[in-house]
Amino acid sequence: MVTTSTDPKPDAKSEAEASEQAPPKIHIGDVDFYYGDFHALKGMNLDVPAREVTAFIGPSGCGKSTLLRCINRMNDLVPGIRLEGRVHLDGEDLYDPKIDVVEVRRKIGMVFQKPNPFPKSIYDNILYAPRIHGMVSGKSESDDLVEECLTKAGLWGEVKDRLQLPGTALSGGQQQRLCIARTIAVKPEVLLMDEPCSALDPIATAKIEDLISELKQEFTVVIVTHNMQQATRVSDHTAFFYLGELVEFNETAYLFTKPDNKQTEDYISGRFG
Amino acid sequence: MTLTFTIAIVLVGSALLGLIGYLLGFRRAKAAGAKGRLHSQPPQHGGYVASLAAGVPLLVGSIFGVILLFRPKSEFSAGADDVVEASSAFPMVSTIVLLVLGVIAMIWGLRRITSDFRARTAGEKIIRGTLVGSAFLSIATTVGIVASILFQAISFFRGDEAAGRPGVGVWDFLSGTIWSPEAAFLQSQGSARAGESFAEPLFGAVPIFAGTFMITTIALLLAVPIGIFAAIYLSEYASDRVRKTLKPLLELLAGIPTVVYGFFAVVTVAPLVVAFFETLGFEAVSYQNALTCGLVMGIMIIPLVSSLSDDVIRAVPNALREGSLALGTTRAETVSRVILPAALPGIVSAVLLAISRAIGETMIVVMAASLRANLTANPLEDMTTVTVRIVSALVGDKSFDSAETLSAFALGLVLFLLTLILNVAATMIIRNFRRKYAL
Amino acid sequence: MAQTQEQYRARLGRRKIQEKLFRACGIGALALASMFLIYFFVTIIQRGYPAFTQAYVQAELTYNKKSSSKFGYRNAVDKELQKIVSRGVLRTIPLQMKHNPEMMDTSETKWVLATADVDQYLKGKHDQLTDAEKSTVDRLVEEGLIERKFNVPFFTNADSKLPEMAGIRVAITGTVMVLLITMAVALPIGIMTSIYLEEFAPDNKLTQVIEVNINNLAAIPSIIFGLLGLSIVINFLGVPRSSALAAGLTLGLMMLPVIIIATRAALRSVPDSIREAAYGVGASPWQVVAHHVLPLSLPGIMTGTIISMARAMGETAPLLIVGLMAYVSQPPGSILEGTTVLPAQIYMWTTDSERAYIERTAAAILILLVILLILNAGAIWLRNRTERQW
Repeated sequence: MVTTSTDPKPDAKSEAEASEQAPPKIHIGDVDFYYGDFHALKGMNLDVPAREVTAFIGPSGCGKSTLLRCINRMNDLVPGIRLEGRVHLDGEDLYDPKIDVVEVRRKIGMVFQKPNPFPKSIYDNILYAPRIHGMVSGKSESDDLVEECLTKAGLWGEVKDRLQLPGTALSGGQQQRLCIARTIAVKPEVLLMDEPCSALDPIATAKIEDLISELKQEFTVVIVTHNMQQATRVSDHTAFFYLGELVEFNETAYLFTKPDNKQTEDYISGRFG
Repeated sequence: MTLTFTIAIVLVGSALLGLIGYLLGFRRAKAAGAKGRLHSQPPQHGGYVASLAAGVPLLVGSIFGVILLFRPKSEFSAGADDVVEASSAFPMVSTIVLLVLGVIAMIWGLRRITSDFRARTAGEKIIRGTLVGSAFLSIATTVGIVASILFQAISFFRGDEAAGRPGVGVWDFLSGTIWSPEAAFLQSQGSARAGESFAEPLFGAVPIFAGTFMITTIALLLAVPIGIFAAIYLSEYASDRVRKTLKPLLELLAGIPTVVYGFFAVVTVAPLVVAFFETLGFEAVSYQNALTCGLVMGIMIIPLVSSLSDDVIRAVPNALREGSLALGTTRAETVSRVILPAALPGIVSAVLLAISRAIGETMIVVMAASLRANLTANPLEDMTTVTVRIVSALVGDKSFDSAETLSAFALGLVLFLLTLILNVAATMIIRNFRRKYAL
Repeated sequence: MAQTQEQYRARLGRRKIQEKLFRACGIGALALASMFLIYFFVTIIQRGYPAFTQAYVQAELTYNKKSSSKFGYRNAVDKELQKIVSRGVLRTIPLQMKHNPEMMDTSETKWVLATADVDQYLKGKHDQLTDAEKSTVDRLVEEGLIERKFNVPFFTNADSKLPEMAGIRVAITGTVMVLLITMAVALPIGIMTSIYLEEFAPDNKLTQVIEVNINNLAAIPSIIFGLLGLSIVINFLGVPRSSALAAGLTLGLMMLPVIIIATRAALRSVPDSIREAAYGVGASPWQVVAHHVLPLSLPGIMTGTIISMARAMGETAPLLIVGLMAYVSQPPGSILEGTTVLPAQIYMWTTDSERAYIERTAAAILILLVILLILNAGAIWLRNRTERQW
C-alpha cells in the first residue's frame, strides 16, 4: 500500500495542538436542517479535521446519517428539505448557489450501508465516474487507475484476474471494497461512510476497518457507526449525537474514557440506545 | 316451441325447483334438529337440496344442448334451432325429462337429511365444483379460439375439392407477393366459361404483412421515444404533484376508443398529411396513406410504452441512483448510463408489448387505410394490413366457405401466433427482470 | 488528473448542457403528448358541437287527397318549401292520414325539420343548395321562419339515410343491451374463477397453466375474439348475426380475463390475517371467502368491473365481425334482433360519404367520451373512497 505521510506520528496531545492550528477540512456552522416541518438537526457546530478519521455515533434517529448526507448534499434529493447555516469544505461554502453540486459530490465521496455496485463489470464499476469526469483517457491510463484503486481498497489481489466479472457477483465484503475503490477513483478529498460494515460479517468488517486506517493517510474520513467498539478501533475523533443535537465532540480516546457530558457517559456505558 | 321458450321454461322450472327444494330441506332439517343436535345449520341443508334440485336440470340440460350442437348441420342452418323446430314434441319431452330429473335429485337430497348429515360440507363440495368448472371455462375459451381459427385456416389451406376451391400452399401464402382474391371469387362461381383463361387466385400475403410492418414501424418510431422520455421525466425529475397530474393525463390517451382515433385519423390527420406533403411538392399522396395510420397509432401507444417504462424504471433500486449521484454525476448521466441499462429488459418487454398491440390494432387502420395490397417502401402510398383484410373478408356478403372469407382465418392464425409469441416473450423477460431485483 | 483545470471546467460546462437537454427532452415528450391530447379534443369538440342544433322551418302542412297519396306527399307544402322541408317529415304524412282520417282537408302550421343541406348551409358548411334555394332560405331566415333549435331527433331517432333524421337511439339502446349481457356473462364466471384461483386452487402445474392462459387471453388482439365470435357463437351456437346476444357473448368472453385479473388483485389485497382470523373462529373455507374476504374485496371488484365496462363500451372490431354494422332503423325488440352499438355507429357514419354525417359522428363521439369519462371517474372515485390501508 502507498503511504503518503512522511512525518513520524506525534503523540495524542501534540496532535491535538496540531489539528487546532490546521484549518478544519469540513466546517459545520450553526446548521439547522428540516425535513418539511420536522427539525432534524439543531444548531450543529462541528469541525472535522483533515486526514483523520472522525466517527459519528449516537442512538437511532439522532441525526448522524442526516448530517453526513448534508455534507455531500445527498439530502438535496429529498423533496421539501431546508438547510440553514454553513457547511464549508476548505473554507468554501458548499451550499453557495454558484457551486455545482456535481463538483461537490466528486470531491466528497460516499460509501453506503448496503454495498451497491452497479450491474456492470468490476472494471467498468471503477471507471464509470472517472470516464464521465474526463479523468482518464486511453486504455493504459484506465488500467492503471483500476489497479491503483483496487489496490488501495485491498481488493486487487482477489480480483485482478477477473476484472470482467460483474460487480454483483462478489461477496458482500468484496462488494463493499469495490464500492470504496469506485469512490476513490475520482480522487475525492473526503470519504463519507454511512455504517459501511453493518451489512457485513465480522471478517469482512475487520478487513474494511484495516482499510480505513490506511485510507486516512490520503483522505479525510467521516464514518457513521452504530458500533461503539468500531468507533474506538478506527477513529481519531468522535462526535456523539442525540435527538438532532451534537452533544459532545472530542478525541476518541478522551470521549470514551473521560466524557465531559453525562449523556455521553450514559450512552457509551449502554444505559440507553 | 321455439328454442328461446324452451330455455326459458327450463330456467324458470329449475329456479322453482330450487326454491321448493330449499324450503323442504330447511323444514326437514329443523325437524331433524328437534330430535338431536345438527351438524349443519338448516339453511345449509336447504341450500344443499336447492343446489341439487336446480343444478341437476341446468347441468344436464347444458351438456345435452352442447351435444346437440355437434350434430352435422347444413350450410345455412342455425344450429340447435333446427332440431327444436323440426319435431314439435321433442322440446316438450326434453323439458319434462329435465324437470323430472330435478325432482328426483331433490328427493334424493331430502332423504339424506338426518341430524348428523354434513350438509355444509356437501354444499361446499358443490360450490367448489362450480368454481373449478368456471375456471376451466377460461381454458375452454382459449381452446375455442385456437380451434375455431385453426379449423378454418386448415380448411383454407387444404381447399375443398367438392366445392371447386383449390387449396393454397402455406409457403405460397407466407411468401407470395401478389394478393388478388378476386380471381378466387370467379373461380368459386364455377368456371363455366370453358376455355377462358383467367388469373389464378393468388393469396400471397407478403404485401399485407408489409403494410402491417410499415405502419407498426412508424407508430413505434413515434411512441417509443416519446413514451420512454415521458417515463424518464415522470419518474426521475417530476415532483410528486406534477406526477400525480400528468400520469392520469397520459392514461386519458389510453382510454380513448380506437374507433374515435380512427375518426380523428380520417377527418383531421389525413388531410393535414396530404396538404403538408403536397405543398412540399410530392405528388399523388393518397388520403389513405400509411403515415397517417402510423402517426395516429403511435399516439395511441404512447401511454402503453410510458406506463410500462415508468414501472420498470421505478423498479430499479434507489441504491443504484444514490451510488451514481454520490460519485458526482448528473441525473442525465445516471439515468442514461446506470438506470436505463439496468432497466433494459423491462423496456424491451414494453416495446414488445407495444409491437403486439400495434399489429393487432384494427379500427384505426380499417378506417384510415385502404384495402389495396400494396408492397412498397413509400409511407405516403395507401396500403392495407392484416387486420383490415380480416375485417373486409368477413363483413361482406360472401358465402362463408369461399376462399376469401377463409383467408381471413389464415391471416388471423398468423396474427394470433405472432402476438402470442410477443406476449409470452415479454412476460418471460419481465419475470426474469423482477426476479433479479427480488421484487 | 489527466486534464487541466480548464479542460475539466469546460467538460463540466458541457455536461451541464447535456443535463439540461436531457431534461428538456423529457418535458418535450410530455408536452408533445399533451398537445396531441388537447388538439384531439379541440378538434372533436369543434366538429361535434354544431350537431347539437338543427335547422327547423315553420311550414304550413296541407293534408288533402293529393298529399295523402304515397307519391304525392310532397304536395303537403308549398313548392318553394318542398326542397327545404325534410323528406323524412313529409313521407310520414300518408300513413298519418291513414290512421287519422279526421286530418283530411285540414292544415296546420308547425315547426318541422329542414333538410340537411339547409342545416349545413346555415352552419356555414359545405352544402348542395342551388342559388335559388339559398336565397329562399335567406328570406325565410329573415322572416323568422327558419331557426336552429336543439337537436332532439339526434337522441330520439334511429339511424337514417337522411342525415337530418339520423339519431343514436338504436346505438344507445344496443350498447346498453350488449353491455348488460356482457357483464352477465363475464362477472359471475370471472368472479367464480378468481375465487377458485386465489383461494382454493392448489399450487400445481395445472393452476399455473390456467394462470398463464388467462394472462395471454387478456393480451390477445380484440379482432381475434371477433373470429371466435363468428365461428363459435354464430356458426356453432347458431346465435343470430348482428344480435345483442351474439355481441354480448363475444364481448363477455373477451372481458373475462380482464375481470379475472382485476378481481384476483382485489382478492389478493385482502391480507391473510383476515383469513387466519376467520379460520381461527371455526369458519369453513367457503365461509371464510364468502363472509370475510369477498365483502372486503368488493370495492376493488366493483372498480375493476366499471373499468372493464368502459373498455367494453369502446370495443368495435370484434362487433363488426359479429355483424353489428348493419343499417338498423328500429330499436331492437329482443336480444336476438339485429342492433348496433355506439362505436359501430360511429364507424359506419365515418365511412359514409355525406358530409353532414361528420358533425353527427363527432357529436356521437363526444357522447361516448362523456359516458366513458363518467365511468372512469366513477371507478377512480370509488377506489379512492374505499381504499383501505391495511
